[in-house]
Amino acid sequence: MSTPKPRVKLPKSAAKDEIITIKTLISHDMESGQRKDKDGNAIPRKILNTFTCEFNGQAVFSCNMEPAISANPYFEFNARVPESGTFKFSWVDDDGTVITHEQDIEVK
Amino acid sequence: MTLTRRQALVAGAGAVVATALPFGMPAFASEEDTQKHIMEFTGGKTPEAGKITLDAPEIAENGNTVPIGVTVDSPMTADSYVESVILLADGNPSPGVATFNFTPMSGTAAATTRMRLAKTQNVVAVAKMNDGSVFMDQKQIKVTIGGCGG
Repeated sequence: MSTPKPRVKLPKSAAKDEIITIKTLISHDMESGQRKDKDGNAIPRKILNTFTCEFNGQAVFSCNMEPAISANPYFEFNARVPESGTFKFSWVDDDGTVITHEQDIEVK
Repeated sequence: MTLTRRQALVAGAGAVVATALPFGMPAFASEEDTQKHIMEFTGGKTPEAGKITLDAPEIAENGNTVPIGVTVDSPMTADSYVESVILLADGNPSPGVATFNFTPMSGTAAATTRMRLAKTQNVVAVAKMNDGSVFMDQKQIKVTIGGCGG
């Protein structure tokens, strides 16, 4: 499978202490471990198990995912923006790979 | 229908589990598991109804991707905020779906994702506040095409 590509949607700027909505989507099969291949062998589980969102190094939101999360996991959540800074998003794969994405926001 | 059920839940605050039974769900093997997960999450406390709202479709045509959202009524300040919300589905091979962890930086305790549902079943959301109190909401989702395995 190709490298998962994260897509994040958040406003470029916000008022101080404004609560913004963040939407994230990442391409990943989220193989549940329940499916079987043509020969009847179970396909091993391989999912993204953790998602975290930080703002300037402070935790904002995180999620522990189970195999019941759909392929291409999508999250929509809110964040308070006290100052200009950087949102950092990371997804952790079962195999240990960490996919990160950063996006800046400016407080007007 | 949703409204009546919610009213019923509020009315039967202490007896959430008992109120859930008349909805005609046969006992799934993992319904006990779900209870076990709830107790593990709450540390043995029985969650009360209220404060948390589970937003999900009544009928999901495709069980592979069912939009599901939770909102918890909380000021989200450093003194009073929602620590985490656990989502469970009692008819899946394993009841765990996701755990959302919030902080006062979240602004509001609301999150939406997409989940898999193997068949028609109850989805339960339990919220844990920073003071240790727990609240839950549940909803039955009818699934036309299941989303596990194949």
